[in-house]
Amino acid sequence: MAGTLRTDLRLHDPDAFYQSLIDAHRGLTDDQSQQLNARLILLLANHVGDREILAEAMAAARDGLAD
Amino acid sequence: MSEFAYPKFTFQPPPELSGKGGHVPVVVVGAGPSGLTAALDLGKRGIPVVVLDDDDTVGVGSRAICWSQRSLDIFDRLGVADGLVDKGVTWQSGRVFFRDDEVYDFDLQREGGQKMPAFINLQQYYVEAALVEALQSCDSVDLRFLSSLTNLRQTPDGVDLTITTPEGEYALRADYVIAADGANSFCRRSLGLAFDGKVFEDRFLIADVKMRADFPSERRFWFDPPFHRGGSALLHKQADDFWRIDLQLGWQADPEEERKPERVVPRLKAMLGDVPFEVQWVSVYTFQCRRLERFRQGRVFFVGDSAHQMAPFGARGGNGGLHDADNLAWKLALVVQGIADDTLLDSYDLERLPATDADILHSTRSTEFITPEGSVSAQFRDAVLALAERHGFARELVNSGRLSTPYWYGSQGLNSVDDPSDDFKGSLVPGAPCPDAPITNPDGSRGWLLNHLGTDFSLLCFGAAPTSLPAGSLPVRPVVIRTDELGDPDGLVSARYDGYPGTTYLVRPDQHIAARFRYAQATDIQQALERAAGGLVKSPAPTAREA
Repeated sequence: MAGTLRTDLRLHDPDAFYQSLIDAHRGLTDDQSQQLNARLILLLANHVGDREILAEAMAAARDGLAD
Repeated sequence: MSEFAYPKFTFQPPPELSGKGGHVPVVVVGAGPSGLTAALDLGKRGIPVVVLDDDDTVGVGSRAICWSQRSLDIFDRLGVADGLVDKGVTWQSGRVFFRDDEVYDFDLQREGGQKMPAFINLQQYYVEAALVEALQSCDSVDLRFLSSLTNLRQTPDGVDLTITTPEGEYALRADYVIAADGANSFCRRSLGLAFDGKVFEDRFLIADVKMRADFPSERRFWFDPPFHRGGSALLHKQADDFWRIDLQLGWQADPEEERKPERVVPRLKAMLGDVPFEVQWVSVYTFQCRRLERFRQGRVFFVGDSAHQMAPFGARGGNGGLHDADNLAWKLALVVQGIADDTLLDSYDLERLPATDADILHSTRSTEFITPEGSVSAQFRDAVLALAERHGFARELVNSGRLSTPYWYGSQGLNSVDDPSDDFKGSLVPGAPCPDAPITNPDGSRGWLLNHLGTDFSLLCFGAAPTSLPAGSLPVRPVVIRTDELGDPDGLVSARYDGYPGTTYLVRPDQHIAARFRYAQATDIQQALERAAGGLVKSPAPTAREA
């Protein structure tokens, strides 16, 4: 369980990924979009599996939001 | 530094007004960058062309300002690049800011050993003026200003045009028409063509400002900056101490109000600080992305904004129009000369429609990032920008415009697929534009490869001249890379083309690669050449030539 979150670019064609992410929300209300994001995080977290990595990702995401 | 003086073109009564002439192989409608480029390309090939424009000067205001390397390579082929590069501002780096912080900088990090820079910034009027000047000394091109196209009617064997001038109306019949008459194209409306697409619900203030400032020659882009909360801002340096500023205003902004100096000046002061500046030109615009279903409509060919419009991020509109002209001109020349069959002209759509779709896709993605629709898109955008300062992957997602790149036409249509056993290394493929590289001339002076490829079909051969082609072939110019012909002083020609003795590239007149071989047989070259000329090559008639 060594962790170490990778934040170098690993996505192939990042612009296409970003577009698919935005497209996934098209036509949803804000509440529905929040629900989609929550489900997406859970699915991806399970795929990652590694609790250390997930903890690092949560810390990186929280950074600068509430000091 | 001397400023641009708008030329005043006079009306010269054409022969048609005194009952002479009346027929010309090619008419170009519209004297913007793409129309003028098409006219010059055709003119240099000896094709008689009439250019019509309803105005008496070049375009007012900076308009398109970023010219890509590929566009400069085209201008260089046409002999107008040097003056533009001298006058323009060469740049290759940029910075992106989010709120108070710089989040990202980029350098287009180009390999050296290429004649043209990655980008120059230069006001469109300079480009148009340079093209007009070159056309004025081109005997086969007749530039007609203050000449409005007021009727267009297409028949199976020609196009009938009515032209209205200060001294009356006349008729002109063209074999082919290049419709380069811009976003509100009269030609497009005359043919009743649908031009559907998407309007981006946003407004931008665009301003040319003259000031002495020591900002470096780089592209600067701000998301939600302190001087313009909630919007984006873009700053580009142009020639003559002009700066181009784009400020996002939002869909609710009133275009009439926003153009007024009392609105514009405070916005610019907030951005530029305590620098004295002078506002030279202001416009408020919205943009759309749309294209014609086909750019070829019988004998009428649409180039530039008449064929397609897109968001400005990435400088793909102006550059794309030049690439249209570059793609069309040699094909039209071969058909007008009676060398290639009319079907060659169908490849204009085959090649430029996907190229345009790629430009529209990239500029649309940039727009969606810069002006997110809805709160979720805005949340993702801000999250990317917040993460970008510390995390590499997020920097790659920041999209303030993906700059224009040349389209690789691929191995379909005119271009031949590699024989797999030839085993070419590297990323170059048939359909790609030829990369430049330094060469040495036989007299020892240095030069550039692209200048030797010229404007005809050429065979770029490594080590030895090609075996001669069968009689009746299209003329092809050999360009031999060998110490006693063209030297390869830095090894970059061989490296960029994966060339070694025996390697041969067939290069199209627009300097895109048509085919390549390791050990070229005359019959292979002949076959690839016929394919690149549209398949049905007519033997040049020797009797006609002697006559």
